[in-house]
Amino acid sequence: MAQPDGLQGIVADWSSDQRAFKNIPWGKAMMWIFLLSDTFIFSCFLLSYMTVRMSTTVPWPDSSAIFALHIGGQDVPLILIAIMTFVLISSSGTMVLAVNYGYRQSRKWCAFWLLMTAVGGAMFVGMQVFEWTKLIVEEGVRPWGNPFGAAQFGSTFFMITGFHGTHVSIGVIFLIIIARKVWRGDFDHARPGFFTSRKSNYEAIEIMGLYWHFVDLVWVFIFAFFYLW
Amino acid sequence: MAQAEGQQHPIGVYLQIWGLLFVLSAASYAVDYFGLEGYLRWSLILLFMMLKAGLIVAVFMHMAWERLALVYAILLPPALVMVFVALMTFESDYTFLTRGIFFSAGS
Repeated sequence: MAQPDGLQGIVADWSSDQRAFKNIPWGKAMMWIFLLSDTFIFSCFLLSYMTVRMSTTVPWPDSSAIFALHIGGQDVPLILIAIMTFVLISSSGTMVLAVNYGYRQSRKWCAFWLLMTAVGGAMFVGMQVFEWTKLIVEEGVRPWGNPFGAAQFGSTFFMITGFHGTHVSIGVIFLIIIARKVWRGDFDHARPGFFTSRKSNYEAIEIMGLYWHFVDLVWVFIFAFFYLW
Repeated sequence: MAQAEGQQHPIGVYLQIWGLLFVLSAASYAVDYFGLEGYLRWSLILLFMMLKAGLIVAVFMHMAWERLALVYAILLPPALVMVFVALMTFESDYTFLTRGIFFSAGS
């Protein structure tokens, strides 16, 4: 059946008595709804960060200098965060390749790129652990105060990057589980899922990809507002 | 039931966007590296941020190819966050002014 496009399509889809989201697997629609709710969570974090930063009368710490690394005898500003950004974007690219090879039923390449994505995520979390350790142990930054300026810097920093790092860590676990299923051939043989008993399908890789790109997307905003601003 | 289809696109499209994301990330890092200040800094940060976010959502997350019923359901609600941003801007300005008055009277 031909489906109308444009605004007419929106009205037709939403008023139909079957399902509003046509042409896409239900799991994908639900992943999008989940990501929408996650968007609101991160929006609230970034908004509270904006509010405390705008309302404090104490100068805000200079993130460019705080996140600098001493390389080759000089301080390179914000270099660690820049490297983390590049690692995360690289892992988004390998995720795209995994989705692509999945739909081509190329089992081994799909699993390989999923694992590469997981490695990228693990590297990112590793660098974040290094960053936190440096800040807590060497610089003495705490959620209630720090030597550089406004006390709210610590609380918002640990809250926002901590929540994002948790998302990356969960994503890495998720990636390894999916990679194992791909490697085992679950998606080629439509093996019933462990919890749901529904037939496995390579759509699962695309849904996994949505989550992973979302984690990258959130980092784009954190990088801009927390580190660069 | 409508037939569910996976999003399959030529790999070249993804690789181009991937490269573009690297360039944009380098550009936003350059804003800090060269120490740009003021409105130039803020507008460049926002520009590169929106471009990166848009490319990720449109191409990597396939929003450009989805039906509008899904696109609007997902992308319109976050736009309303801007109202929240406006509210909190007024609120924090007010707090800042009150603190200014309170702390100067105390000293």
